[in-house]
Amino acid sequence: MTTTATEKGKILTANRLRDGEVVFLTHSGEWSENIDGAVLATEPQAQAALEARGKGDERVNLVTGTYLFDAERRDGHVFASHIKERIRSLGPTVRVDLGKQAEGKGGHFAALQGV
Amino acid sequence: MYRYDEFDSQFVNDRVSQFRDQANRRLTGELSEDEFRPLRLMNGLYLQLHAYMLRIAVPYGSLDSAKLNTLAYIAEKWDRGYGHFTTRQNLQFNWIKLEDTADILAKLAEVEMHAIQTSGNCIRNVTTDQWAGAAADEIADPRPIGELVRQWSSLHPEFSYLPRKFKIAVTGSPNDRAAVRVHDIGLRLHLNDRGERGWEVLVGGGLGRTPVIAVTVRDFLPEHELIAYLEAIMRVYNLYGRRDNKYKARIKILVHEIGAEKFRAEVETEYARRPHADTKVEERELQRISAYFAAPQFEKLPRWSATFEEARAKNKDFANWVRTNIAAHRADGYAIVNISLKPEGGIPGDATADQMRVVADLAQRYSFDEIRVSHHQNLVLPHVKRDDLFAIWKVLQASELATSNIGLAGDIIACPGLDYCSLATARSIPIAQSISRKFADLNRQHEIGPLRINISGCINACGHHHVAHIGILGLDKKGEEFYQITLGGSSADSASIGTILGPGFAGEDVPEAIEKIVNTYLARRQPGEEFLAAYRRLGPQPFKEALYAAA
Amino acid sequence: MPLLKNGSIIIDDWITLGLDDPKPDSGDIVVPYARLLKEWESLTDHDGRLGVIFTNIDRVEALTLFLPRLALIVLPFPSFTDGRAYSLARQIRETGYGRELRAAGNVLPDQVQFMLQVGFDSFEIGDRFTAEVWLKASRQMSLAYQRGLYRTPGQHDVWSERHREAEPWLEQPHAG
Repeated sequence: MTTTATEKGKILTANRLRDGEVVFLTHSGEWSENIDGAVLATEPQAQAALEARGKGDERVNLVTGTYLFDAERRDGHVFASHIKERIRSLGPTVRVDLGKQAEGKGGHFAALQGV
Repeated sequence: MYRYDEFDSQFVNDRVSQFRDQANRRLTGELSEDEFRPLRLMNGLYLQLHAYMLRIAVPYGSLDSAKLNTLAYIAEKWDRGYGHFTTRQNLQFNWIKLEDTADILAKLAEVEMHAIQTSGNCIRNVTTDQWAGAAADEIADPRPIGELVRQWSSLHPEFSYLPRKFKIAVTGSPNDRAAVRVHDIGLRLHLNDRGERGWEVLVGGGLGRTPVIAVTVRDFLPEHELIAYLEAIMRVYNLYGRRDNKYKARIKILVHEIGAEKFRAEVETEYARRPHADTKVEERELQRISAYFAAPQFEKLPRWSATFEEARAKNKDFANWVRTNIAAHRADGYAIVNISLKPEGGIPGDATADQMRVVADLAQRYSFDEIRVSHHQNLVLPHVKRDDLFAIWKVLQASELATSNIGLAGDIIACPGLDYCSLATARSIPIAQSISRKFADLNRQHEIGPLRINISGCINACGHHHVAHIGILGLDKKGEEFYQITLGGSSADSASIGTILGPGFAGEDVPEAIEKIVNTYLARRQPGEEFLAAYRRLGPQPFKEALYAAA
Repeated sequence: MPLLKNGSIIIDDWITLGLDDPKPDSGDIVVPYARLLKEWESLTDHDGRLGVIFTNIDRVEALTLFLPRLALIVLPFPSFTDGRAYSLARQIRETGYGRELRAAGNVLPDQVQFMLQVGFDSFEIGDRFTAEVWLKASRQMSLAYQRGLYRTPGQHDVWSERHREAEPWLEQPHAG
């Protein structure tokens, strides 16, 4: 699906229990390490469904600390609105050689550098 | 350096098995996250932005080469090849997996290390003067008491679920390098007229949201009563400290709310009615511990080292390094070497596994196998012959460890901030980096003189910004990072909390703001007057004008 | 609610009364502290043992008067992270109270060893964990650094172990 307009919504994220890796809930109900695969829920009902799904996966000890954050989709790619979520999606801005940004899992963000 | 006996080893090994079992029970779901969190925190394991973070205790900041080499090994085997030294003299790894943690703890136990109580609402790792046992101005080495307190506080059944975390610092020197006035409990050694040792007990200091300077509750507590008295304080805090609001749960709030006099009376009542037989500091146990901290066998050396003087005369870079990074040692012919982990544009407190091994090797060769971690996030070789300084400097230089900026503008304390920490509201490391680039000219740094710049990425103040000459606090305003500047703080003997200067700045404007503050100081200082003294004389007004008037 | 006591799981045979529940003519009863204050006269004559559910906000001194008559003190853990009852337990034991001291509320296996060490000797445990889990957790640490704690079988304190050899010699002032 491609849209030219910007779509705003929420993404469900968590840390994987066994290794702490930042993950995002995808359309297939799996958890992806790459934000690009995340479901962007635009409607409150869909957002609530994501949350419920997340609580379920917390109960089966797959992930921990699920929550929704604000994001938008532009040109088919998702972007976190807040810097904290951008850093979680990429890795530390002061070590661009580490984390998702260095492993090709950084989605379509430009790496954040310095100040 | 303290060495474990069979009991210390058994204790730590039991703790590793216990954690292995708890982690497995979490992974299989027998324990919920809410139930597991306090257990993992009391073993130093946090869940941070990118992964789990493991904070390893470096009791009172003392390491040897075997320990530091093991940290390097862990960095490469289970992390990403580096570690971060913290403002509480600990080391943290940022990329740890829960499923590896018990193995890491077992590896640490092999070299008499652990991560016990580096987090959680319990008594945290005890900190002290990084120059303990070496400083020329010291009354006595505070580390034996640090070790005694470490053992007493380890898995203390009564005090493991306190209202909030609890930090104790100990100093044995009249010049406080352990910041005892901004800890939950600060202990400060004094000698009386008869030469007996006693401890001044300070309570209720702290940084965080509500920075407070501690009050003295006892001027001179006889040493054998120390643990009993600490128990009385802890009990009063455990029973009456607030639990309804985590931001009001530290002991400083209790002391403030009931008043220092009432607090002292509660402690004295509790102290008086308890039996002390089981908490008395036994002389033979203190002697047993103290023996491990006996001063090394220093050679009888002349105060003046020809090798050193010649190298200093010939090499200006070396001479600069000596000016800032070397401190007076109590033995003639020896010096304390401070290794800066603050290279220009670097990440304050970070060290690679290779750098750790270089320092470990230097310690083994030149410093009686001793290394210290300072709360300024630097390393120390405490006992080095002046004759060897030049050789050490050459080795450090080859590993980017020879920056001559200890105590200067580039020696910035910074918490991990939003790059790593899930509590942070703004990044702190990039601010430190850009300031250190702005003041890259070391000659200028030397010209400016002693200057403490500290940066915290949130109000919890891990970066100690309140007690910096120039403090920077990163906050979030509607999703944007911005930075508040405070001036005039100090953690030394004349401890003070910095004053907020005015509206905050965007990250990219912070270095220029610091530049203006420094220029104002340079223009107005009297001969020989350091930044803090000048600020105290001038007050905030000229600095405010420099920052805001033209804008 | 099942109890963990002396290393086994047993049935609680105490009758727990609320503030207004009618008092039975006999049997072992445990009442809230507020009721103890209000009905002390009649409770002290009760035919059976008497226990109290103490609160985390009252001071142990307030119990002193009642202690000789009490056969059970129950201390609540509203949450397992609320550690006030650890201090209360030690304070109660320091008065010389030697009868049952029970932990109630959010009691979990991973804290039970600490609870034993400060003087609790029975635990309301619910049915979530097996006896094996409770017992294993209660003896995970074989050593404690603090002296004067209550110890589970097989547990020692480091200080006594460490200085054991020195001890007999010191205690024989006229030796030799």
